[in-house]
Amino acid sequence: MGTDLQLTSVTKRFGTFTAVDDLDLTIPEGSFFALLGPSGCGKTTTLRMVAGLEEPTTGTIMLGEQDITRLKPYRRPVNTVFQSYALFPHLTIADNVAFGLKRQRRKDVASTVQEMLALVELEHLAKRRPAQLSGGQQQRVALARALINQPQVLLLDEPLGALDLKLRRQMQLELKSIQTEVGLTFVHVTHDQEEAMTMADTVAVMNEGRIEQLGSPEELYEAPATTFVANFLGQSNLVSGSVATTRGDALELDVQGARILAHAAHARVTSGEVWAGVRPEKVYLSGAGDDDGADVNTLGDGVVSDVSFVGVSTQYLVRMPWGQELTVFEQNTGARERFRPGDKVDLHWRPEHTFLLDASQDASAGAEVEDA
Amino acid sequence: MSAAGHISSLGPAEAELDGPPDPEGQKRGWSGYLLLLPGALWLLLFFVVPTVTLVATSLYDPSGSLQLGYQMTGHWQNYVDALRDYGPQFVRSLIYALIATIACIVLGFPLAYAIAFKAGRWKNLMLVAVIAPFFTSFLVRTLSWQYILGDNEALVSVLRALHVLGPEGYLLATPFAVVTGLTYNFLPFMVLPLYASLEKIDPRLIEAGTDLYASPFTTFRTVTLPLAMPGLVAGTLLTFIPAAGDYINSELLGNPRTRMIGNEIQDLFGAGDYPTAAALSVTLMAAIVVLVFVYVRRAGTEELV
Ligand SMILES: Nc1ncnc2c1ncn2[C@@H]1O[C@H](COP(=O)(O)OP(=O)(O)O)[C@@H](O)[C@H]1O
Ligand SMILES: [Mg+2]
Repeated sequence: MGTDLQLTSVTKRFGTFTAVDDLDLTIPEGSFFALLGPSGCGKTTTLRMVAGLEEPTTGTIMLGEQDITRLKPYRRPVNTVFQSYALFPHLTIADNVAFGLKRQRRKDVASTVQEMLALVELEHLAKRRPAQLSGGQQQRVALARALINQPQVLLLDEPLGALDLKLRRQMQLELKSIQTEVGLTFVHVTHDQEEAMTMADTVAVMNEGRIEQLGSPEELYEAPATTFVANFLGQSNLVSGSVATTRGDALELDVQGARILAHAAHARVTSGEVWAGVRPEKVYLSGAGDDDGADVNTLGDGVVSDVSFVGVSTQYLVRMPWGQELTVFEQNTGARERFRPGDKVDLHWRPEHTFLLDASQDASAGAEVEDA
Repeated sequence: MSAAGHISSLGPAEAELDGPPDPEGQKRGWSGYLLLLPGALWLLLFFVVPTVTLVATSLYDPSGSLQLGYQMTGHWQNYVDALRDYGPQFVRSLIYALIATIACIVLGFPLAYAIAFKAGRWKNLMLVAVIAPFFTSFLVRTLSWQYILGDNEALVSVLRALHVLGPEGYLLATPFAVVTGLTYNFLPFMVLPLYASLEKIDPRLIEAGTDLYASPFTTFRTVTLPLAMPGLVAGTLLTFIPAAGDYINSELLGNPRTRMIGNEIQDLFGAGDYPTAAALSVTLMAAIVVLVFVYVRRAGTEELV
């Protein structure tokens, strides 16, 4: 399309430290794109290079046909919603929002500002100063101030990070609907995987300055490419095994003595040692020995070591004979048997829910508990 | 969005404002007044009393003298005489002070800006360098400018060689020397408040400006300068007011035609003509108060005074 944003081999070094490492990224026009990664992985630096506030050490940034790599920030059709909002304290809300239009010498500034304030539901605060607003209101002003310029790309740097959980969930939905309404390209940076998945069409998972995987939230979730993605985006059970036989699209594995099936579509490696992965909610439990048939994968002889009831579901930790603890989420449908610590159980899941990852990766990468 | 949503997201500082009224507020109010007392007494003793005395002196009959005593006759003629005799010195004082203040802004703003934003780990050292001259006396510093600007010294020789000055040209004992001295002596009073204001500016605000289509110059005009305004106003007052009343610089670096109002007041006091000296002082004070008031109103930072 016309004005895709394209980063090619973009690297940014601060001294000897590489903050962004040989990044290749294409963000289609009009998409809601999320850059997801833990703190310090280079998300802000990437955004700042797109905004022109930081110059790449090497690589090029194209906006449509135009090379903007070294273009001054004030000449780029790109606007930013800053992490801390960075509202001008000496200007009223209306003047904050009008700032970009005035600099571009646009006409009808006042009426456009009115419309924009209406969009973010802040008309009644037009004459206030930023310091007189709550965090959520300031966030909307920051959004309005950037959005009013109708940039070809809107950059949002953890825009909801300073809000409390409830307000954040609400703003996620509002931000998404505003994006649909205005149809601009949004590049949304966050370390909250749930936020990224709720809002974005495409998510790029970033780690240590590199993109680990890029795709729709479903793709990333169902077929993670690395152990980092498998752990950072939701949770995963990763069990070591090896590929025994391959029949067309179907792979048969030996996992701790059990025969486990997988589909090639969700396999990053198709031979040798692997991490066999499955999401906790894909797994269901049965009492030890109650066989569930041949087309499901079964890991047997587990012992329930912990049960936590969380309303909609029950989360089990099951200790396997080889010592590993696996996680199982069961919906509280009421139709299924409940287990207690010490119960002997088997774990079952459908073969297409197995994903296979390179065994040389660290199985705990990205598994640190992120704040909710 | 619900009102409850807004309130729940208030920061701790904001939330405190909405908190229940302090039950001890009454007691605190009293102790507040008590704490004001020493300051109020000080002001009464060293500001109100001297000011009243000064105004009273300015209305004494000028035919008296220190030895014979003065008569309080409500002699307004003192003011008319003072303004008639010393009008040029008056205007000159305000003009010199204005030029020196502008020079302090021109020199001080880039300096304060550099210390605030560009100095990095040299910041403290540069601040010390700005303050360091205060460790020697005002008089000594001004005297050393006599030397720097002297007719037979390096600066004048170089300027003559470069034909900036004529072969007989000189710097000392000129209005230029007086204004230079004033600028030099009051520069720190401009730099420090400016630095304090600039230093508080979040660099992300400047980035936000450039992100929103403002060139570096426009960002400076629309973001940096307004946010530095409290410092600029404070610096201007701290420079202009003492410069307008100064007599040392004119005394040491000027000539009889660069005399400022401070020199005249000092001479009049020396000669024992207290009523005229007092009338001049009161007039200068009034003029400065009016100018400051107009300036502060124009600069839009009433919170400063
Ligand atoms: N101006 C800078 N100088 C030196 N190091 C920096 C600078 N900006 C960022 N970094 C480093 O680069 C890394 C990535 O930072 P950043 O892009 O802000 O991460 P994120 O936004 O993903 O949390 C961090 O380790 C940070 O310390
Ligand atoms: Mg960041």
